[in-house]
Amino acid sequence: MTTINTNNPYGDSRRHHILSVLVQNRPGVLARVSGLFARRGYNIYSLAVAPTEDADYSRITIVVDISATPLEQIVKQLFKLIDVVRITELDPRKTVERELMMVTVKADGDLRSQVTELVAIFEAKVLAVGTDVLTISVDGTPQKLDDFEELLREYGIVESQRTGRVALPRLDREARKSATKGKAS
Amino acid sequence: MSAKEILTGAEALIRSLELENVETMFGLPGGCILPAYDPLLKSSIRHILVRHEQGAGHMAQGYAHVTGRPGVAMVTSGPAATNMVTPLCDAFMDSIPMVCITGQVSTTAIGTDAFQECDTVGITRSVTKHNELVMRAEDIPMAIRQAFHIATTGRPGPVLVDLPKDILQNKMEWNWPTDEEVLEALPGYRPTTKGHSRMIREAAKLLLAAEQPVLYLGGGVLKARAAEAVRELAELLQIPVVTTLMARGAFPDDHELCYGMPGMHGTATAITAMQKADLLCALGARFDDRVTGKVATFAPDAKIIHVDIDPAEQGKVRKPDVPIVGDCRLVVEEIVKAVKEMLADGVERADITPWRSRVNGWREQFPLTYDQSEPGARLKPQYCLERLRDAATDDTILVAGVGQHQMWSSLFWKFNKPYTWVNSGGLGTMGFAVPAAIGAKAAKPEATVWAIDGDGCFQMTAQELVTATTEGIHVKIAILNNTYLGMVRQWQEMFYGERYSEVDLSGCPDFVKWAEAMGCVGIRVESPEEVDAAIAKANSINDRSVVVEFRVEEFEKVFPMVPAGASNDDVLLHPSQESRREFLK
Repeated sequence: MTTINTNNPYGDSRRHHILSVLVQNRPGVLARVSGLFARRGYNIYSLAVAPTEDADYSRITIVVDISATPLEQIVKQLFKLIDVVRITELDPRKTVERELMMVTVKADGDLRSQVTELVAIFEAKVLAVGTDVLTISVDGTPQKLDDFEELLREYGIVESQRTGRVALPRLDREARKSATKGKAS
Repeated sequence: MSAKEILTGAEALIRSLELENVETMFGLPGGCILPAYDPLLKSSIRHILVRHEQGAGHMAQGYAHVTGRPGVAMVTSGPAATNMVTPLCDAFMDSIPMVCITGQVSTTAIGTDAFQECDTVGITRSVTKHNELVMRAEDIPMAIRQAFHIATTGRPGPVLVDLPKDILQNKMEWNWPTDEEVLEALPGYRPTTKGHSRMIREAAKLLLAAEQPVLYLGGGVLKARAAEAVRELAELLQIPVVTTLMARGAFPDDHELCYGMPGMHGTATAITAMQKADLLCALGARFDDRVTGKVATFAPDAKIIHVDIDPAEQGKVRKPDVPIVGDCRLVVEEIVKAVKEMLADGVERADITPWRSRVNGWREQFPLTYDQSEPGARLKPQYCLERLRDAATDDTILVAGVGQHQMWSSLFWKFNKPYTWVNSGGLGTMGFAVPAAIGAKAAKPEATVWAIDGDGCFQMTAQELVTATTEGIHVKIAILNNTYLGMVRQWQEMFYGERYSEVDLSGCPDFVKWAEAMGCVGIRVESPEEVDAAIAKANSINDRSVVVEFRVEEFEKVFPMVPAGASNDDVLLHPSQESRREFLK
């Protein structure tokens, strides 16, 4: 049984949990997962999906908003999908998380050097340069991306896109304990 | 079967079905599934040609209900697949094992809005336990094996296999996967069947300590074929038993420990026993809203033991004190063993005799009742059911549609054997009865199958009586014709100030002529004196199907009733019993 993580690192306003869902890499599997969330009224905050090291499997990293539904029920319903092999609830404190953001920001004249300074501080990259805008990519923890986005907002964000987070357990024994082997009925 | 045998996908499909021991299937051919109907000509499988695909689905359900084996339906793509959605959803809600084969447009045409194309797996994804679009002929045997495995294990349910026309025509090298290969291909599917031993001991402890226990049986008891084990547990501890709509017959109605059906139209005794219990032992039941009434006030003082094979049912509605995930039969057998061991070890048993006499008191005070009809007035539907029941054997299979007649059937019939009751519980599908009865009779030709139907329900699917006639599957249908959508009319009378909106079906057809037009015997009954003779005549006819139309009282209501959203404490009794309500306190 997956334990419900009640210690929320984001405070009460953001009741988010990360589920790492290992699925068989078959057509329609993402539709099954997202359809289940829609049908049962669960909220997905973000979702990232890609094949794993074994091409037969994909890993879906779902950040769920559990303000309305107990996480336990979501996990159990997910387990019932035949293609779902394993679900790990990742405790943010015992997880390494990464997310990528691309952002086009206004940066003309004098402001350009200020923006590139931020790019250097955040170890971001300038991907494209326009006459009065820059397109930047940055990766890191969701918190870092939030901070960067906040700072860029002052200059005027033209467009931005985040990937949603991917996560794996930290390499200590504790984090592995909460992994639950797939079962269904 | 040599290893190098070359078959078409269609031949592989039919052979796979034969190897899964399919004896009877229900279906209707069309464009994309055509290739599969050719090898069927040489097959040992009996195919029953229906008149509407929905009928094939409900027949497969009826077949599965009475046998426990998966019902099989095969239809074509597009409109046939969409006509199958209702039976699939019905089977999903009631955990009925079913395998549905649908044709699909050729793989090259998928996604082009081709003729009779629809996204069958997309449409049926949320109403099946699993579904699969097969894209290579060589994958057909594995897809069929998996479908039967998934449909029949864990919490049973419907599985759909969608087969494009070209892969049915393509050649493949025949290969029948082993059990190991099937399991290996389903790494995420390992249903838990054996209960947790510590939880089982906890359950035994609670059962011995409870002073006011109730066994709350759901359809899972029947799915797990646990009726005998449950009876042993009930008798060992002399615990009162209630059987939900899906569990009727799982415990004999003529047993002194049986207090009938709980829920919205349950018996006052069953409802109240659950409300007052200090322990509810839920076996294969899911705390459905029609059973609990208002959840916040449901069985407020009861501890909960919840045995269910589906982990997601644990805590979905009511948090259990002792959750046990597992097969009902295996778990109950283990609980019985644990109880016996504890008794042998000298663990003291709480005295439940005061509770038993209290529950028996309710049963005496609040029997099922209705007002007999005045001379010259319309027949009472309950009377018809009582007479049908008294003329039937314990082996008679009773099938019902959905509505008032279904509730009266469940209440007034005596189910003394498991698998003698077939109905649509969770989805509440009107029109279920006629095709489901045909499916049940196809599975059990030696049994008498009576369907109780309403006039509204009957008009939804009665064309399948032609199927019954041409296939020689002789069922008996009793229409309780009150010329209304009776249950809706009852709600409009009670909760909408008698404003009757679109429930009048008095422009109904001549059901006797309808029956005769379909090759059945039609009998009309209008007065109480005619009832017994009509039933005797219907029971004596075994070479044709029989339709008996009982013209019954239009305004009869089903009692007891817990209004939607109300607490089970506020059950409405039959008006003649309301004055005694304080005995339920």
